[in-house]
Amino acid sequence: MQRTRPAALGAAALSLGIVLAGCGSGSSSGSGDTNTITVAYQRTAQFTQLDAVLKKAASEYEAANPGKKVKLTAIEAEQDQYFTKLALMNRSPSTAPDVIYEDSFQVRSDAAAGYLAPIDEQLAGWSDWSQFDDVAKQAGLGDDKKTYGVSMGTDTRALFYNKDIFEKAGLPTDWQPKTWDDVLSAARTIKQKAPGVTPINVYAGKAAGEATSMQGFEMLLYGTDSTLYDDSSQKWVTGSQGFKDTLGFYQTIFGEKLAPALDVALDATVGSRVATEMLPKGELAIALDGSWLPGQWIEGDNAWKGWEDTIGFAPMPTQNGQAPGSVSMSGGWLLSVGANAKDKNAAFDFIKVALNRENSLKYDTENSQIAVRKDVASDDAYTSYNPSFEFFSSLVPTTNFRPATPDYSQISGNIQVAAESVATGSATPDEAAKTYDEGLVGIVGQDKVQGG
Amino acid sequence: MSTALAPAPSRRDRGGPGRGAATGGRRTLLRLLPLAPGVVLMGIFLVGPIGYALYGSLTNAALSGYRAVAPEFVGLDNYTQLFTSGQFWKSVWLTLVFVVGSAIVGQNVLGMALALLVRNGPKRLGSVVSSLVVTAWVLPEIVAAFTLYAFFATDGTLNEMLGWLGLDGPTWLITFPLLTVILANVWRGTAFSMMVYSAALAEVPPDLTEAAEIDGAGWWQRFTRITLPMVRRAIATNMMLTTLQTLGVFTLIWVMTGGGPGTQSSTLPILAFQQAFKFAQVGYGTAIATVTLMVGALFAVVYVKVLKPEVDS
Repeated sequence: MQRTRPAALGAAALSLGIVLAGCGSGSSSGSGDTNTITVAYQRTAQFTQLDAVLKKAASEYEAANPGKKVKLTAIEAEQDQYFTKLALMNRSPSTAPDVIYEDSFQVRSDAAAGYLAPIDEQLAGWSDWSQFDDVAKQAGLGDDKKTYGVSMGTDTRALFYNKDIFEKAGLPTDWQPKTWDDVLSAARTIKQKAPGVTPINVYAGKAAGEATSMQGFEMLLYGTDSTLYDDSSQKWVTGSQGFKDTLGFYQTIFGEKLAPALDVALDATVGSRVATEMLPKGELAIALDGSWLPGQWIEGDNAWKGWEDTIGFAPMPTQNGQAPGSVSMSGGWLLSVGANAKDKNAAFDFIKVALNRENSLKYDTENSQIAVRKDVASDDAYTSYNPSFEFFSSLVPTTNFRPATPDYSQISGNIQVAAESVATGSATPDEAAKTYDEGLVGIVGQDKVQGG
Repeated sequence: MSTALAPAPSRRDRGGPGRGAATGGRRTLLRLLPLAPGVVLMGIFLVGPIGYALYGSLTNAALSGYRAVAPEFVGLDNYTQLFTSGQFWKSVWLTLVFVVGSAIVGQNVLGMALALLVRNGPKRLGSVVSSLVVTAWVLPEIVAAFTLYAFFATDGTLNEMLGWLGLDGPTWLITFPLLTVILANVWRGTAFSMMVYSAALAEVPPDLTEAAEIDGAGWWQRFTRITLPMVRRAIATNMMLTTLQTLGVFTLIWVMTGGGPGTQSSTLPILAFQQAFKFAQVGYGTAIATVTLMVGALFAVVYVKVLKPEVDS
């Protein structure tokens, strides 16, 4: 007995090894049959515009290509969880989608991970491609300068403010703040004169994900004299004064209770609540948010009659009013072809339908996108659809883009940690900046950072 | 032992050395055959994933980017980073408080109290209480988590009820995140302890208690001197099961607080999930999961040691 036990265990271990090896190599089978195109995209109760345009495109594509089927796989999740689910789908070839709704900041990262297929060949044969402006073409580039996606539209960010509340608080209804202090003093006035109203929202929670990094933190940081990433030296910046000042802004608004209570601010649904409850119900005076917000007020479940009379817009000022005076951030989403797509040409053909002139116009108007197709941007149907288009398009000259490196998404997570730790009061701006610097070095390495 | 029982060399045996042992070995192998499915299943679903997790924790695998296609082997880097991180030790502390507070103290003490109540109290009351408690346990974890979120939320049921009394309730999930999830886990898990203890109490021979009563032992003395020693083994088993269960609680905390605010309720499973999926560091997250596994194993060993003399007696 004693002597045979190792043999039995050995046999068991061996069989286990074989089983595991089998698991490892059985992954080359790919997804579905070649006649079905799977499309992975995001849909939430507030974000249904993409769903609508993809459904329309799917029926058009199926009608034009008999025998082909489009399978729309909506991922019902807030943005942060959407990225996670998408990455998990992409990790296994058997679940990887053929067409992917992809955030521009994830393109480099996902292209490097081998999740996306380059589409330069297909683009060369698409006459519409010349209609896309250069910024849109840039957005799809990977580290290897190949194109990994077709831009659906872009966006800018600015301050939204409720004119009714401003009037009540005795503030000008054509508000144009010149510095951060102007913004803060308006918020303080509102706290004093309009009790019960939350003076200002700047996204601060980890749960809000990229909204905290981009609509919140970076809208502030890019208005200081510091930056996140030095493009010329290709290094990340540590220990900058602007970083600490930005966190100081968070400390002020949360410390003085100018911002929403933490149970709202740190909730994953804070973005939806701002857009569909707090602003329309007059519970929030100032919101630092994105140009797509009015889209849902114009039509649909969250339609808000008379929003254009209530809501005013102001560019986000720089810290002390330094040039160029205001700041904006731009992102945008693309449609990409998955690296594991069986029939990449068919997948691209679907993208061609989804982003042709008609469908781009539908999406850009309904979802309040800044059009990147020249023929859409100049279309009367586009310019007259939404009174906020003119304002948000005017921010494009002073806008900024996020550092498009494969590491950005991880670093963005650390920015959110810094913002949340200051907002909750568990760290001072100096401490939070130090934690961020340590995390940054851990991600990119000592040789990819520089002092600021 | 088995070599001694091995049969005489068979007809075809040419008398080579070790031949007999091999035949005996084959026979014992045959006897082990019924175990094979179990061993294979355990291998695939338990040892395999653990081994894979161990390997993953030694790489810098990420969710996206270059390291998603070609993770590098980084040795013990993840562990050194982990053990020098203040966040990790804070998480270990939170996990301990959570386990001790909600499982070892909360569920066990309350479970025992309820079991005694059901056994000694009025019959009708007992059955009402036990069915209510079991309802909480029967709910799927995600449903229970949302229910408790709705209960403790700032404009939730609890604060609404406090409002009737003219009290202004605090923001439970923000001000007392750990206490809230501990209470939630006690609510959810007590039924299990109650059922284990009810079964154990039923096994205590009534003549022993009666004899003690005649000898003049009070209620408390009967409980500590007779009942508790009799159900000691059930207590140890229950402690182990609830501890290990609580150590792995994820959904409840994730839904209620998301580990926040900040990291004030990030126990080890939450930290592992955040690192792997929020910050895309799959390797590092796996290292945390592995450490959690070790902590669980440690608890299991301690309980098994405590349990052992009881089995022998």
